[in-house]
Amino acid sequence: METIMEMAAEEKREKKETLRMELESRSENEEFARVAVAMFMSRMDPTMEEMEDVKTAVSEAVTNGVIHGYAGGEGIIYIEVTIEGRELTVAVRDGGVGISDIKKAMEPMYTTDRTGERSGMGFSFMEAFMDRVEVVSAPGKGTLVTMKKQIGR
Amino acid sequence: MAEPTFTYEAKEQVLVIHLPRELDHHNCRNLRNETDLLLAENYIRKLVFDFSRTEFMDSSGIGILLNRYKEMERSGGKVAIYGAGSQIVRVLTIGGLGKLVPRYDSKEAAIAE
Repeated sequence: METIMEMAAEEKREKKETLRMELESRSENEEFARVAVAMFMSRMDPTMEEMEDVKTAVSEAVTNGVIHGYAGGEGIIYIEVTIEGRELTVAVRDGGVGISDIKKAMEPMYTTDRTGERSGMGFSFMEAFMDRVEVVSAPGKGTLVTMKKQIGR
Repeated sequence: MAEPTFTYEAKEQVLVIHLPRELDHHNCRNLRNETDLLLAENYIRKLVFDFSRTEFMDSSGIGILLNRYKEMERSGGKVAIYGAGSQIVRVLTIGGLGKLVPRYDSKEAAIAE
């Protein structure tokens, strides 16, 4: 039979916690976003490596919003982070131009950039550093990237 | 933010680029033009990237490094890295630069090789 302490611990683990942020679409905010998400997830007692993985993935998603979603112009990037037990979910959404061919956009090395300075590895990085990445987008409707990772496996 | 993002050190035919603490899209913006100018004005045979202050890099950093690597390769030059921590090494590896660019522990070693 579970003791009260065990039950309390169980309840604490399963409690759902959420962080919501709205950031202006500016390159300065890329660092702020990834640091804030890392700070929020630190209550899950992650390893250094898990924190770095999440920071990298968040940076990629927010940078996509700034460069592609709003094409360097004005706009708001919405970030929602949810902790549920050991699962971390990070959703990054923009209300920008959207993606017409998601499959193509997610191909490694694919980039629309003409300066040759973008690696085209943004989505590959998100997939490499998180367990699951899901993209919902349509032209003119913005883009939602939802990423999940189990912490402390 | 008064601190310059990149500092450079040119010695004979070696150009050392000291990278910022966070090598992301925001901080990468000036690196390309500055480096290209330095490469155009000096006869550089080796480009050395100093990661010793760098705590974070994402695919924007990979884009910049990959292009500088290609440029140097075209002109028959070399590229080396030193001072890379664990996050940087993982990003370099996933970004496909792990095997392309040799890593060293110190500036001296990176220059000497």
